[in-house]
Amino acid sequence: MNCDVESVTGGEGDFTVRIRKRPRYIDPAKCTGCAVCFTHCPIETPDAYNLGMDVVPAVSINYQQQVPRIFTIDRDICLGCGLCFEVCEARAVDYLQKEESEDIKVGSIIISAGSELFASDTKSEFGHGRFKNVLSCLEFERMLSASGPYRGLVLRPSDGREPRKLAFIQCVGSRDARAGKDYCSAACCMYAVKEAVIAKEHLHDLQPTIFFMDMRSFGKDFDKYVDRAKEGGVRFVRSRVSNVEENLHTNTLIIKYETEDGAFHTEEFDMVVLSAGLSAPQTAEELSKIFGIELTEFKFAKTKELEPLVTTHPGIYAIGTFQGPKDIPETVTQSSAAASLSSAALAEARGTLITKPVPVEPIDTRGQAPRIGVFICHCGINIAGYVDVAQVEEYVKSLPDVVYTERNLFTCSQDTQEKMKQVIKEKGLNRVVVASCTPRTHEPLFQETCEGAGLNSYLFEMANIRDQCSWVHMTQRKEATEKAKSLVRMAVNKARRLQPLERLRFPVTKKALVIGGGLAGMTAAIGTANQGFDVCLVEREKELGGHLRHIHFTLSGENPQEFLKNLQYQVTQNEKITTLLSSRVKKIDGFVGNYKTTIETPKGDVEFDHGVIIVATGAKEYKPTEYLYGKDPRVLTQSELEQKLANSEKDVTNANTFVMIQCVGSRNDEHPYCCRFCCTQAVKNALEIIKRNPRANIYVLYRDIRTYGMRELAFREAREKGVIFLRYEQEEPPSLEGKNGKLFVSAKDPIIGEKLRIPADYVVLAAATVPYEDSAELARMLKVPLNEDGFYLEAHMKLRPVDFSTDGIFMAGLCHFPKFMEESVIQANAAVARACTILTLEEIEVPGTIAEVNRAKCSACGFCELVCPSAAVKVKEEVDRRGNILRYAEVTAALCKGCGSCAASCRSGAIDIKGFDNSQVMSLIEAF
Amino acid sequence: MNKVGAVLVVGGGIGGMQAALDLADSGFLVYLLDRKPGIGGMMAQLDKTFPTNDCAM
Repeated sequence: MNCDVESVTGGEGDFTVRIRKRPRYIDPAKCTGCAVCFTHCPIETPDAYNLGMDVVPAVSINYQQQVPRIFTIDRDICLGCGLCFEVCEARAVDYLQKEESEDIKVGSIIISAGSELFASDTKSEFGHGRFKNVLSCLEFERMLSASGPYRGLVLRPSDGREPRKLAFIQCVGSRDARAGKDYCSAACCMYAVKEAVIAKEHLHDLQPTIFFMDMRSFGKDFDKYVDRAKEGGVRFVRSRVSNVEENLHTNTLIIKYETEDGAFHTEEFDMVVLSAGLSAPQTAEELSKIFGIELTEFKFAKTKELEPLVTTHPGIYAIGTFQGPKDIPETVTQSSAAASLSSAALAEARGTLITKPVPVEPIDTRGQAPRIGVFICHCGINIAGYVDVAQVEEYVKSLPDVVYTERNLFTCSQDTQEKMKQVIKEKGLNRVVVASCTPRTHEPLFQETCEGAGLNSYLFEMANIRDQCSWVHMTQRKEATEKAKSLVRMAVNKARRLQPLERLRFPVTKKALVIGGGLAGMTAAIGTANQGFDVCLVEREKELGGHLRHIHFTLSGENPQEFLKNLQYQVTQNEKITTLLSSRVKKIDGFVGNYKTTIETPKGDVEFDHGVIIVATGAKEYKPTEYLYGKDPRVLTQSELEQKLANSEKDVTNANTFVMIQCVGSRNDEHPYCCRFCCTQAVKNALEIIKRNPRANIYVLYRDIRTYGMRELAFREAREKGVIFLRYEQEEPPSLEGKNGKLFVSAKDPIIGEKLRIPADYVVLAAATVPYEDSAELARMLKVPLNEDGFYLEAHMKLRPVDFSTDGIFMAGLCHFPKFMEESVIQANAAVARACTILTLEEIEVPGTIAEVNRAKCSACGFCELVCPSAAVKVKEEVDRRGNILRYAEVTAALCKGCGSCAASCRSGAIDIKGFDNSQVMSLIEAF
Repeated sequence: MNKVGAVLVVGGGIGGMQAALDLADSGFLVYLLDRKPGIGGMMAQLDKTFPTNDCAM
């Protein structure tokens, strides 16, 4: 941390990087993050983290939850008064700390240097920096934050009053050639809608209005979110606002805007938020020199379209917004992809530089009476500000079996973990209770600490006195303190009944099954093989390629068919990949690390043992029933048009007029989602037509043009070359009629307000991308869920975009959601990286808090099997030696997630969750 | 040439962190570098993320 890269020498596989470590003037080994220096520093300076909306002293930390929690002195504003040095009890302040250099050796480099928000004050017409009530989107995020300068209150900066009308202006510093930012920043439409929705949650009467040109909600479930926002009271006005004026007396803002029908409107707003775009960081040029990588015209890292994330310097990869503007799910997918791409070349060196933790001798607690240690956290001011922690500690001391208590400022800090381990050993504790924040985030940490002291991690219990107490009773100190006492009493009572639990271990079969041999499947197979693992690739058609077989051009001029041939060659030549064509997966048994799959091939069934599964089954093109498709040969889909152009069919290249209709079969009730690539595909094919016939008339009838990111430049090029874009509303779609052997498309031009009747030689439909009908069957076999639209459902949209909730199974490509070729490649590589986190394990560990069946009580009713979401419990039937049929429920430990649905549903009380069994849960209620 | 089993990740925002975790979980030593005194990047300044309304932190 606090470091820069000074220089890079060497090459792929063996780089030497010189790191410059800037001094914090605080010794990281000694600093406990207690913040005493922070409270004593006399200097104030605008807080960069809060974008100048707040002040911060010279010695500070960026934000409360910063990792590592070590303070830093900003030498530029420090007075050198010596106060922090005096008050620091850890003696961590060191004014004489010097800059250091260190050389490290690495095999690959991943640059994730981020981006900067476009400086919206440079567009002075919007008044940012001049008008008090005009904020940038990031300033607004800080305002909305409960930990921010306004404590989460939405207030007008000028007078501190609650705003009624809030305006968002989109595309500030994007889609703006004059500002030198021709591209689209890809994330602003969605973040503005989000901010509007959240702001309304903070302030129910707030009336947000979003002024936009195109609503680029192209991602999975994005359109649904926007529709919900509309229903929730967010107003959308399609208009590009050119400037903002201010009423000097009230500091209210005045926006004059023109709607599509040509009418001018003037409206007053209490506050305006500018949706600023994402620009390359100012350090981009410097980074380009140090790392020897090329930049694009907009100073983002230059990478190739079909070899994404690879910079012009081999061994160096660029991800995230440094590679181009994008949202969080795209960044997270790119990160995982870069992990596998950057490590493929280093596969032979895997494990050579890591150190394994030394196992600790476990303490045998059998037969011991409970000796409970309770650690109560102040959590800075999060808890201590609202709960009398000292009083809670006094009370806890009086509880039976509690032999040790301690209060900590931050129980989760590194130094407290060390202290806890010491205390466990010295005081002979055999139960640990931590009263602090949420087990969702911190239970694993404390469990690890217990294991580090030799104590079984299941002898640990947490009382959430933050989320469930101090945070929700901020104005009732007395009651909150009493409640905290209750919560700790409950945790202590349960702790008495805790038993040590085993984590089961299973070996891992270091092989992967890839289902689907299209672009994503082939990429995943090659990626996994490059990491050193065997792969079985199953494809139901008789050749590899999937949807990629139908793509002939790209915007950057690359050749998809050559690329396809190359991939097919790589797959068939790789010794580690077994390709099974005309084959289908018949049956899948087992669990993560230990799958056994039966594959039906033309030569008979094949059995394959593997540890992970990557699902890359693709999607198909909707066959339109609209617009005379299938009835008139002049009505084509975009893919069919692309094929004809690739074949140089004269009928097409000589045609006069093309009318392209977007969103056919999508963004409707049947498929209420955006198919993401069709706008770009239409633009791409329009440009291809013009290359062959510059005089062709092309009309594109659209609802929103979603050429996001750098694709925006192609949209502009198409307009400059004479392609006419006409918008239509969902309620008034264009119509097609065939008359006297000619085709006529009728569409309303929203600007003129009149209906146009366009004679077309070809009508090209952007047909939706829809899931295969049998994806439900595969989903059942894999025991994974589909979303409402029939695409596979990932574990977490933002943070785990290629994982299924079920461990060991990953997804990539169109089967996840419609996407571009480069996005499929990235997602496939991400799936490889995630799969490798399992394949590289020697053993897979299953948590101890799983279900257990008492056979004597089980009536084999099957209810548990019915309710289990992980298919982890099944009723088994066996015949004993006397010929009696025994039926009972049996749990597959490796699949059980310990959710408790079975225990809740069992009428016989036969199945229970270890660590949360009936007596343990009842003990919480008894103690309350 | 001896391949080094380590990777440098420049930037400790959400991008750098995820890459670092995946690399570390598959057996590589990772150097995670950030010019700021702490990790988190721009995402640490966001309030809530859509659609789950999780706090960005």
